[in-house]
Amino acid sequence: MKTVIINLIIILIMPFIMLGFIKKTKAFWAGRKGVSLLQPFYDFMRLLKKGIVVSNTTSFIANIAPVIVLSSVIFAGLFVPLAGGLSVINIEYGFIIFAYLLGLSKFFALLCAMDTGSSFEGMGASREACFTSLIEPAFFIITASACGACGIYSFNSFNTFISNINMVSLCVIILAVLAFFIMLVVECSRIPVDDPATHLELTMIHEVMILDNSGFDLAVLTWASGIKMVLISSLILLFIIPSSMPYYISLILYLLLYCLIGIVVGTVESGIARIRMSHILEFVFAMTALALVILALITIRIYGG
Amino acid sequence: MNWLINDNNKCESIFDIPVLSINDLRQEIIQMKKRVVGFFGKQENDNVHLFVVLADDSEGKLYVSSAIFPPEIKEYESLTQELPSFHMFEREFYEEFNIKPLNHPWLKSVRNHKNKYEFFEMKGDEIHQVAVGPIHAGVIEPGHFRFMCCGEKIYELEIQLGWQSKGVEQLFLTSHSNRLAESVCGDSVVAYNIAYSNLVESLSGCEITNKAQLIRLIALEMERCAIHIGDLGAIAGDIAYLMGASIFGATRTLVINTMLEISGSRFARGLIETGGVNYDIDLALSDKIVSVLDKVSNDVERTVKTMLKSPTVASRLEKTGIVSKETAIEMGFTGMTARASGVNLDTRFDYPDKWYKDIENRSTKADGDVYSRTRLRYKEIKQSIYIIKKFLKELEKYSTEPLRVHCPNKMKPDSFVVSMTEGWRGEVVHIAITDTNGKFSRYKIKDASFNNWYALALAVRNNGISDFPLCNKSFNLSYCGNDL
Repeated sequence: MKTVIINLIIILIMPFIMLGFIKKTKAFWAGRKGVSLLQPFYDFMRLLKKGIVVSNTTSFIANIAPVIVLSSVIFAGLFVPLAGGLSVINIEYGFIIFAYLLGLSKFFALLCAMDTGSSFEGMGASREACFTSLIEPAFFIITASACGACGIYSFNSFNTFISNINMVSLCVIILAVLAFFIMLVVECSRIPVDDPATHLELTMIHEVMILDNSGFDLAVLTWASGIKMVLISSLILLFIIPSSMPYYISLILYLLLYCLIGIVVGTVESGIARIRMSHILEFVFAMTALALVILALITIRIYGG
Repeated sequence: MNWLINDNNKCESIFDIPVLSINDLRQEIIQMKKRVVGFFGKQENDNVHLFVVLADDSEGKLYVSSAIFPPEIKEYESLTQELPSFHMFEREFYEEFNIKPLNHPWLKSVRNHKNKYEFFEMKGDEIHQVAVGPIHAGVIEPGHFRFMCCGEKIYELEIQLGWQSKGVEQLFLTSHSNRLAESVCGDSVVAYNIAYSNLVESLSGCEITNKAQLIRLIALEMERCAIHIGDLGAIAGDIAYLMGASIFGATRTLVINTMLEISGSRFARGLIETGGVNYDIDLALSDKIVSVLDKVSNDVERTVKTMLKSPTVASRLEKTGIVSKETAIEMGFTGMTARASGVNLDTRFDYPDKWYKDIENRSTKADGDVYSRTRLRYKEIKQSIYIIKKFLKELEKYSTEPLRVHCPNKMKPDSFVVSMTEGWRGEVVHIAITDTNGKFSRYKIKDASFNNWYALALAVRNNGISDFPLCNKSFNLSYCGNDL
């Protein structure tokens, strides 16, 4: 029961704090004071109070999509182990359900964007579909190799690398953290793949898909996107924080490291420019390359004696 | 003689301008092979009087000639088919006087879009159209952009402007003033005001003091500096290079705040008046300007170097939105756009007054891509700062001179004058003709954007559509300077 409540609180509240840390870090590097850490939450509450404007060309999809996007992301979150290596639903092969729940949310987000009939949103949807679908193979290669290596068929297999550290597992940890960081950047539309702060429709990926959403729908979609960031960060943290720790220390470490990931994302965003749209595929494939190296390392350890 | 040879800002009698038949004039223009800076009509009773001003930039001379269209002649063979750089001018002339250039490849309205117009279209399953504007996200002026894309790639961009056409040239006939001149184009306040003031002073035979001249030029260079720094920030912002965006934004503020100290307006509105200037730069202020400029120079140099060295930035800027040198010459692009393509065109040095004569103008290597335009801005900022410091030193010699001299209200009758000033974007051309009472009977304004908008359309071809905002920002052309 304790796990259920704490995990849910982390999944639902942490997105705002992570976004707050990203904004604060970007402001810091730009030499500005920046908005309050809780500003994303205030924005969320403000949007909830607002009315919704829906384009005449939309069908019922546009009405139901935002809620489906949010609920499938929250549901996916139940399969992710958080503090203490405990997840709300712990079943074998839960990571497959996780991946396809994220897929479902993406599917409805794309449908919702296409549904508005705007020429911008179709463009954004095609970009998002193209870039994020290439994440899937890399995700499965990493997860399946990790599962195969330690015989546990769930996300908890990630945790075993930090528990018995050696050369190979250290390499795997570093590579996997990098790979999931790329996944985070791509899935959550951060610089250098996408610029969440731009007003230029033609350059947007994720932002342009929610251009026609307002009020409650927009609040829900931004929230879902934030939750996704927390979930992927949790996958990174599984490689870093051993589950053998006492529960509350692990919990505190989790919370601190979420903020740290937010700071890292903000710092990366401040330091580099966006990649040209035609080169983003290469960036996404870097995750696949990392995944293949992890697979090779694990294969060598198991079969190479 | 079929041409009247004139200087910049020099007043000539209207009767000295040769009047040819349109066919002769057309042949002459084709043979001259010079750059066009003016091609406009004037209603004279039932006739339309067409004036042509060509520029010889290597000699620093202007060539003026004209032709008369009696009411029964409603068409002529277009020049654009021989000289593509005339395409905007002939479209504008057709729109105003309904005299049709035959065989013009693209006789679309420039400003008035009342008639139904079909945009260029590509057909095919893979092709999609993207229409942007005229209302945009963000606080910018209205313009409509129609892209023909195959996937992410732009095949063709058609630009439709004229949404805020407000009859500026007509206003100059009824009530001209410095305040009107500086309101034409809000980011080139000084350039427009200088062009107008020079023109009026030339027509009324008014000699302004050295001091006033220097203060005007200092303001002109400050304007160039401020806008270039702001644009560097905007380019950085477009590629999400946040450090550049914030530092350039802050640095630009330093420059425009200095203008505020000089003239009480951050964009130098109200500084320049016919006959001189309204505000002085004394020694204390001069020292302050120098110290601010030193800081600006350091900040810009450091940030530009870091930015252009960053591989992610270079990969976005290099080989994006290329305008080749040949295209730039053929299409008659001017100002910064031309210089970034390697065409060395600068009114300040091609038609120098006594102040710019001694300043060395080194041309730089340029490839016509966004990177070149970014780098050129940096070079021009450095050059402007050098020029401002030099002029501030000169200014000390003339501290006793008055700021403003009295200018006779009456302008010479039946005169013609061309006034060109190099604004930050390129040449700002004001041409005026006076009637027998010494009142303006025709006032023509040409902003560099009038030529250069087509450069943007050419630059984005075969580029990704997501690079369009970056290309657009690298030119930063004026909507109001085009729409008038």
